[in-house]
Amino acid sequence: MTVTTTTAPQAPRTDLAGDSGRIHRRRRIADRLRGGAGGGWFPYLLAVPLALVLWGYVVQPMLATFAESVEGDGADNYLAFLSGSGVARSSLLTSLGISAASVLTCGVVGVGMAFLLKRFAFPGRRLIEAIILVPAALPPLIGAISFQLLYSETGILPRGLQQLLGTAEPVLPFNGIAGVLVVHTFTMYPFFYLAASAALAGMDPSVEEAAYNLGAGRFRVWRTVLLPMLTPALVSASLLVFMTSLASYTAPLLFGVDRTMTMQIYINRTNGDLPMASTYASVLGVVSVLFLLGMRWYEGRRSYRSQSKGISTHRREIRNPVARWLALIGSLLATVVLLAPVATIALVAFSVDGSWTTQVLPTDYTTQNFVTIFAEPRALQPILNSLRMSLLATAGCVVVGVLIAYAVRRLTFVGRGLLDVAVMLAWALPGTVVAINLIAAFSTGNPFSLGQVLTGTFWIMPLAYFVRFLPLVFRSSSAALAQLDPALEEAARNLGASWLRAFLTITLRLMLPGVLAGALLAFVHGVGEFVASVLIYTSSTAPISVEINNRMYSFEVGTAAAYGMLQVVLIFVVMMLSGRLESGGRAAREATRWTN
Amino acid sequence: MIGVTLESVSKRFPGAGGAAAVDNVDISIDAGEFFTLLGPSGCGKTTTLRMIAGFYFPTSGRIRFGSEDVTRKPPNKRDTGMVFQNYALFPHMSVAQNVGYGLKIRKIRGAEARRRIDEALRQVHLDGYGDRRIDQLSGGQQQRVALARALVIRPRTLLLDEPLSNLDAKLREETRAEIRRIQREAGITSIYVTHDQAEAMAMSDRIAVMEGGRVQQIGTPQEIYHRPATTFVARFIGRSNVLSLPVVAADVQSVEVRLPDGATRTVAAPSGHGLTETATALVSIRPEHIGLCGPEDPDALPGRVTDVEFTGITTNLTVDVAGQELTVAAVEVPAEPAVGDRIGLRLPAARMWVVRP
Repeated sequence: MTVTTTTAPQAPRTDLAGDSGRIHRRRRIADRLRGGAGGGWFPYLLAVPLALVLWGYVVQPMLATFAESVEGDGADNYLAFLSGSGVARSSLLTSLGISAASVLTCGVVGVGMAFLLKRFAFPGRRLIEAIILVPAALPPLIGAISFQLLYSETGILPRGLQQLLGTAEPVLPFNGIAGVLVVHTFTMYPFFYLAASAALAGMDPSVEEAAYNLGAGRFRVWRTVLLPMLTPALVSASLLVFMTSLASYTAPLLFGVDRTMTMQIYINRTNGDLPMASTYASVLGVVSVLFLLGMRWYEGRRSYRSQSKGISTHRREIRNPVARWLALIGSLLATVVLLAPVATIALVAFSVDGSWTTQVLPTDYTTQNFVTIFAEPRALQPILNSLRMSLLATAGCVVVGVLIAYAVRRLTFVGRGLLDVAVMLAWALPGTVVAINLIAAFSTGNPFSLGQVLTGTFWIMPLAYFVRFLPLVFRSSSAALAQLDPALEEAARNLGASWLRAFLTITLRLMLPGVLAGALLAFVHGVGEFVASVLIYTSSTAPISVEINNRMYSFEVGTAAAYGMLQVVLIFVVMMLSGRLESGGRAAREATRWTN
Repeated sequence: MIGVTLESVSKRFPGAGGAAAVDNVDISIDAGEFFTLLGPSGCGKTTTLRMIAGFYFPTSGRIRFGSEDVTRKPPNKRDTGMVFQNYALFPHMSVAQNVGYGLKIRKIRGAEARRRIDEALRQVHLDGYGDRRIDQLSGGQQQRVALARALVIRPRTLLLDEPLSNLDAKLREETRAEIRRIQREAGITSIYVTHDQAEAMAMSDRIAVMEGGRVQQIGTPQEIYHRPATTFVARFIGRSNVLSLPVVAADVQSVEVRLPDGATRTVAAPSGHGLTETATALVSIRPEHIGLCGPEDPDALPGRVTDVEFTGITTNLTVDVAGQELTVAAVEVPAEPAVGDRIGLRLPAARMWVVRP
């Protein structure tokens, strides 16, 4: 049988046994389909169109970008990365340096938070746990803007401290690379927080107790047992943060760090040097793909999750009164810091454009900004653009994402692993690279655009969103599918349902909560999209984020924040909806447990 | 080698409605003894063991190792060796590193450490497994690594928390003999927690039967089997019939009770039983101690068979005697009894024993 399994060769034996069971099951369902649909070609009926979509809009554009980068001067553009003094090399080094530093800061904050919140009971803990993911939920542009408004040289905190302390200069302003690191830390520490808390929750508490029992003190248990057991989670989180930092574009843009890969792509593109922009995009693309492959390799290795039946972890109650007070004060401070970005955007949204100059906080307030947005057709247009483009892209993502998930999880065909990798490729590519790829591929007629030029038209926008957010729907669908016993679909087939009917009434129906959660996520991300949009929009297709950026440039900070506020509200509404779906998802999981 | 003493130990968890998980427990374990805490889940046996290990501190009462009061000592200063239910092996270390962990903490290094590790692995028949990864071992092997890891530090007491419950039946029997052998060789005071009464009987010098956070009875396996103190113990250890019988006469060490057919038996009772004439006594008799005979036999208690179950070794009968159901396990039956047959039961007074409710 020609199956491309993703199992690492060094996986433990019990896993292999489980896997062969899975393969066997897969084969069984494939046989059934074969019998039902008339031949061994049936999986390909589904797989080939999906493969074409991924080839046409993900892989082929990447190759087009590479072709573009070597077209005029051959490999000359790439030599720029080797020369000692050039912008290219220093940009690459700066990007890598910022990413490495981000991993470090996010790691310290994320792991520290996970330990505090999961291992200790103290006043204010629940509050923090409820809002800990808020900064990361903001759209990238809004996040960066709010941090600029808060912590930059003209920001609220440095100016506030300046006034408070009576100094001549703003106190503790974050500029340039430091500013970028602050944004990265606040928006990316959840990768570490989530990974470390999941690992802590999955860890068998008796392993820790065994170390204490053998005489180890608290520090030694930390060093020799807890940290080594967290390592797999921390390595994956590090890779994620590194990739995300590498792709980060809004933070360097707002804090004026020009010599990063993403900024150079943008600068070269706006200067009309598409070959050079393509060179940067190719290099960044290759680095990202290497990281993706590294991550897949690492995740294939074993991780330390034990199936504990013992006593669940107890949070250690902090009893010392001084420590309790410190904890309370710390919690309050953390709450303020976590909510400050949203609060700032909300406050500034009601400020009069141009009224806020050197004061700590805006002085004049109005609701006019919101009235303007909805009353002026020119101001409303970006919102309509965003909604329409995002909706189109989401529809595409759902159809293609669900089918790819089904094909990858449930069917057997040659190249199944490749299909999986191609989707994750779309996820690994930075938004700027996706945009350059599409520009390179569709600035002339192309079979996948039915011979039409897409660059500079409306259609390239939803296409970019589709490529960027397809992995979100794929992942949540695939996760939902993993919870379903294939026997359910087999039972439907056994009772006489056709494949399509079984798929629609049983499998898709049970996947629905997961699919919807993914679709909602794709939709909000589309509405907040900035990174790719800013490279490919035209004046008639400008989305909300581009409009926010333009307003910021023309010092209409109030209106910009008002747009931002609308995005934030949309995100929180969707998050609440997803929370509801979560219980639906749990119901589905419960159902699988009963049928297993 | 030291003994372990629990003096009026109670443990209440916050938020459990004030109910005590362990309620005023007094236990005195001799040096070198294999002592078992036995009871159904939720009876407080594991909580008691975890207090001895130091993972919980008692709400009240004292715990002593020998003469030393360890009630408030942190677990890493107690020098106990614990084998956890799920073994709790460190997954990121090899077998030898697992076993050597406690030695390293005790600053035993180099050749001496290697010698002790090899010796411990040999003791559990795992010589040559030192370089294996934990996930390359079977459940039984993991269990033995956990035992070696606990023994290699030569702890003052060995604590075992249901160490066999994750093994299959055959392996469980082999391993329990193995644990007992190693414990005897090392002569180490051991405290063993289980809910499996057969395991407890086979392994222990003495057993404390617990229920609802309280100790119901402490004694050797024989005492507990033949002289259960309470209805709970009588029914939890093996199977037992507990009959409610009117008291005719009471003495210090015995009472005379009347059977449903009017005959009387003088039955041994624990001192301080507090029963008087006209009271009702609870009398326990094991199913295998009841004899079968014809219904017309003058010494027999007549009844009617309501269920027959053939198990191979014994034939188990359920017999209705004047409204009370008795279980009888007979190795030999006179004629194949059938449901509805009338049958006679012989209840020897020597096999009957008064229990507390």
